[in-house]
Amino acid sequence: MTLTITLIALLVTMAFALIRAIKGPTVYDRILASNALGTKTVLMITVLGFVVGDPELYIDIALMYVLIGFIGTVAVLKVSEFGNLGQPQSHTDPEDP
Amino acid sequence: MSAVLDILSAVLLLVGTLFTLIGGTGLLRLPDVFTRLHGASITDTLGAGAILLGLALAAGWSLLMGKLLALLLIMALLSPSTAHALARAAIHGIRKPWLDEAQK
Repeated sequence: MTLTITLIALLVTMAFALIRAIKGPTVYDRILASNALGTKTVLMITVLGFVVGDPELYIDIALMYVLIGFIGTVAVLKVSEFGNLGQPQSHTDPEDP
Repeated sequence: MSAVLDILSAVLLLVGTLFTLIGGTGLLRLPDVFTRLHGASITDTLGAGAILLGLALAAGWSLLMGKLLALLLIMALLSPSTAHALARAAIHGIRKPWLDEAQK
């Protein structure tokens, strides 16, 4: 019963984050909303594993999801701040090894 | 002893649910990207921490509890890092946080 309440609240929060991602208005609001959506998805996968009665299977998926979500958010932030991901051809200083 | 653990687990799950809903409402309704970041960070640390601790108490002593605590540790390390990087990128891109009329 408690797990079901938690699952529904997580889905409502995911809907809020999705509305914020659609409304914007800046690109940082969208990145923040997609990051919050990913975090809520991790929690939802974990709680869903307990609800369906097979949590050992679902917790591994959640562990992978949180790491990939962090890398994706930081990559999008780096692109939005510097314009690239730090490619080798952007390295122009000949004195710096 | 088991009943005590069940009640504690349910209380932690409900506390995490409450903070997740509060943070989600803040993410939807607050006026600025920095204040919305504050709302989203509540769900990432306190909401996720309470929910995962409650699930770890429900799991009992097993490998599953270790994995849940590892997930809690990873989220406690990575969520503030993400929030910091996002605030840093936003202060470079926007340069003007929201102020209400009394602070202008």
